[in-house]
Amino acid sequence: MSQVLEDDQRIIEFDVRTDEMLVNMGPQHPSTHGVLRLVLRTDGEIVSELEPHIGYLHRCAEKIGENLTARQWIPYTDRMDYLAAMNMNLGWSLAVEKLLQYEVSEKARHLRVLIAELGRIASHLVGMGAYGLDLGTFSPFLYAFREREKILDLFEEACGARLTYSYITVGGLTADLPPGWLQRCEAFLEQFEPIIREYHTLLTTNAIFVKRTAAIGVLSPEMAVDYGCTGPVLRGSGVDIDLRRDGESIYTAMYDGYAFEVAVMKDGHYPRDHEYPAVPVDAVLGDCWHRFFVRMLEVVQSMDLVRQAIDRYSRCKGPLGEPLKLAEKLPAGDAYLETECPKGQMGFYLVSDGSAIPWRVRARSSSFSNLAVAPELCRGCLIADVPAVVGSLDIVMGEIDR
Amino acid sequence: MAEFLINTLGFPAWLAWSATAGVAAFLILNVIAGGALVFIWAERKIAARIQDRLGPTRTGGRFGWLQSLADGIKLLAKEDLMPDGADTLLFRLAPYVSFCASFCAFIAMPFAFDVVGQRLNVGVFFVIAVLGLEVFGVILAGYASASKWSLFGAMREAAQVVSYEVPLGMCVVVPVMLAGSMDLVTIGEKQAGWISNWYLFHDPFTFVIFWVYFTCAVASVNRAPFDLAEAESELVAGFHTEYSGLRWSFFFMAEYGSMFLVSGLAAVLFLGGWNGPIPIAELAGWSDGSAVTAPYAVRLLGCANLLAKATAGVLLMMWIRWTLPRLRIDQVMTTCLKYCTPIAAVMFAGVMLWQLFLPGGLVPGGRQGAISVREGWLEQAAEPPAEAVGVRRSVPQQLAGVAD
Amino acid sequence: MRGPRFIDELEAAVPGAVVGRNLEAIDPWLEIAAEKLLPACRWLKESCEIRFDGLQCITAVDWFEPDAKKAAKVAWEPHTELVYHLWSTVARVSLVLKTKLPRWQDDQTGQIPEVASVASVWRGADWHEREVYDLSGVKFVGHPDLRRILCPEDWEGYPLRKDYEMPLEYHGMRGR
Repeated sequence: MSQVLEDDQRIIEFDVRTDEMLVNMGPQHPSTHGVLRLVLRTDGEIVSELEPHIGYLHRCAEKIGENLTARQWIPYTDRMDYLAAMNMNLGWSLAVEKLLQYEVSEKARHLRVLIAELGRIASHLVGMGAYGLDLGTFSPFLYAFREREKILDLFEEACGARLTYSYITVGGLTADLPPGWLQRCEAFLEQFEPIIREYHTLLTTNAIFVKRTAAIGVLSPEMAVDYGCTGPVLRGSGVDIDLRRDGESIYTAMYDGYAFEVAVMKDGHYPRDHEYPAVPVDAVLGDCWHRFFVRMLEVVQSMDLVRQAIDRYSRCKGPLGEPLKLAEKLPAGDAYLETECPKGQMGFYLVSDGSAIPWRVRARSSSFSNLAVAPELCRGCLIADVPAVVGSLDIVMGEIDR
Repeated sequence: MAEFLINTLGFPAWLAWSATAGVAAFLILNVIAGGALVFIWAERKIAARIQDRLGPTRTGGRFGWLQSLADGIKLLAKEDLMPDGADTLLFRLAPYVSFCASFCAFIAMPFAFDVVGQRLNVGVFFVIAVLGLEVFGVILAGYASASKWSLFGAMREAAQVVSYEVPLGMCVVVPVMLAGSMDLVTIGEKQAGWISNWYLFHDPFTFVIFWVYFTCAVASVNRAPFDLAEAESELVAGFHTEYSGLRWSFFFMAEYGSMFLVSGLAAVLFLGGWNGPIPIAELAGWSDGSAVTAPYAVRLLGCANLLAKATAGVLLMMWIRWTLPRLRIDQVMTTCLKYCTPIAAVMFAGVMLWQLFLPGGLVPGGRQGAISVREGWLEQAAEPPAEAVGVRRSVPQQLAGVAD
Repeated sequence: MRGPRFIDELEAAVPGAVVGRNLEAIDPWLEIAAEKLLPACRWLKESCEIRFDGLQCITAVDWFEPDAKKAAKVAWEPHTELVYHLWSTVARVSLVLKTKLPRWQDDQTGQIPEVASVASVWRGADWHEREVYDLSGVKFVGHPDLRRILCPEDWEGYPLRKDYEMPLEYHGMRGR
């Protein structure tokens, strides 16, 4: 046998080939956005296979939901996407309202739009800053957080919390805005607007940034839909879907009469409602750059929506309405509702057997589906591209693991 | 100084030489280590200001000027950890190799005319070669750490530094060619006079090649955007992932030492060395030896000049680091092999042709011509400027004699 | 769009698939026979006029009342229900499919029920099915890589089942 091996010329070839290496990226790693663990199979710098391992932040939120009333579960939604807790609150509240067939007052509707869009800006700012961090530049991260802090200040004034708000709740909001809040919000938008140009200079149009993101991790529209990718990841691939326009009526009713253009590339160009930097020639639709750019566009779009909401809210007469106590029984049945959260379409499913406590609670996480596509995107890329691709999906582990 | 000890105090020669070397080593080590502390503090403050923060504000009263020292004490007090699978000897050796390589290069680095640890007639070569040794420390660290991330970092560093030696060497040869000497002191002296005498402004090619040099220098000392060996978002901390406490701080000191070295080298090679933009000393008449203290004043001024230029280079590197994202390994290699090397080669040829056809520059009678380049060699061989000013010269002189 | 026309087509294409429906509910749903789930899903994605090209969510609802007193009053038989939320990115409509499974295969406690995997229809179903397997204990036959996803790989039991009891101890860590 050994003679055969020695005579076999291929054995030499076998000996000199490079060995594959299994590398654990995470769960304690600077660029895995929390406690994500990626197992990379690498040949030198080239990643031949990537496998995400999740669950390090699993807190049994769904099981807890089976033991609390629908309103008591709102703080648990805060802790899912903790970077955009307002939007999580909104998603769950609307799902419960859908089951109850309840309609909030007009004033509450506009306030919800206002708060949710501010939350979207705050979330995208983290997404942008952290993406810079993934690509090795630190400063944009702090520039992003500087502005995010101001939004958090506004939220703190409105509801007393800076991270886990529980502000939007079933039947409306826990409190009305304090006096002078709208002026401060307008002042914030006023000073924030020119800063976006700064972000574009530092990242979007920076030559090294473009080199690192353009044509990397290209996600085709078909694959994006097939994997259930949503939000900026889906729109970055050129699929024109935004639940604020295409969603269920209980959600789109919130945005009735609001003018906004979905940030997606149509006929070779992005919406021209504002001045944006040109798409670099290297960028391919569906790559990291486009996913990033869609988020940047949505920041501007959300600013417009906030302005419109401020206008409508301040003109709105009538009471805000009291939130529902929900101590009594829920109607038997089930309701599933997806809303357009900053990270993607967050779905909440509520099954009730007719008692006050839901029979089953389910959170369909957008980051969960978005992350599922990462192995496809990272096949054959370099190690340095792994943070670039995973960062461009803008995931939050709290939402994936629940 | 050695002569002074031998002749005036009657020291035996070996003691005098050892004492001189000891003093020089002490000065270099402390100036650079102290400089590193200042630069670490400066980096924190500059990064903070760039990022719209304040940075350290309290340590040491105001501006947090003692922050580096506080960091150092903290690092001293930290537990010295070593991974189980680490190669004990190499793991311990690696920081010292890096540190020594970085600091040894300062031996030949002049701070002003004649203020140099050891004047070498192959100074440029020595500095570049010894600086190149730093990569061994990194590779040892990466290999001995028994960590995959460290290994990745070390491999990247090896690939990167070895590649960048090529364009770096090519850039460095240009001032050598212009000065006709590899002696850093001679190169610096050749640029004396007005700012137009700096090699940066010698001709358009040298102007371009200075920026190529700077790019390569940033790459060879592993600063952003070329800091792939320690890319924190990809490789955790690269080659020093497993290091902690004092060992880690040796790498850190080595990095800042190297930064200062390549900036100082840039200053000597291209930015007139210790000669200011305006020849104050000459205008003031200090250089004709009328005052006793004049040579010292000139040297002090020279030191200040060089330190200012080197510091400016370091600050520029910091500015770049806190602004740009990091390149990818293949892009780093592309930058080196497809851009830096060809540009450096073309510019090198350009400088050669310039020297051949326009030796006096565009201004008639402005500069020494191509002939003087050859004379430069002759000058040095015939009457080394060593005797003129006098201290700490004998060994290189002897070496030169042997080499001849 | 949610008219019964495509339901008739589905019934014609996959006979015996639709075993129940509720079109008046908040989210109108169809009940699909468990054994016809895969062909029905494939038809809905590939042949239906409204191409349901996206699978948003798979949920397992455990209809079981551990409290014997209350269990006597409930109107349903204990079972596990799988809920599939589909949507079409082109027509922008959604569809809910429900499938009833026994809580335990062949009424043998510990034998988790089996159903065909739809991971070959929608690739996004891969992780969702793993999650359902992990938390609710449903075995997806034909799944490429059916492992626990959120819980550790050596975890015992299925936490989202109503009769689940938290282990007292896990690798030396106190559970309750």
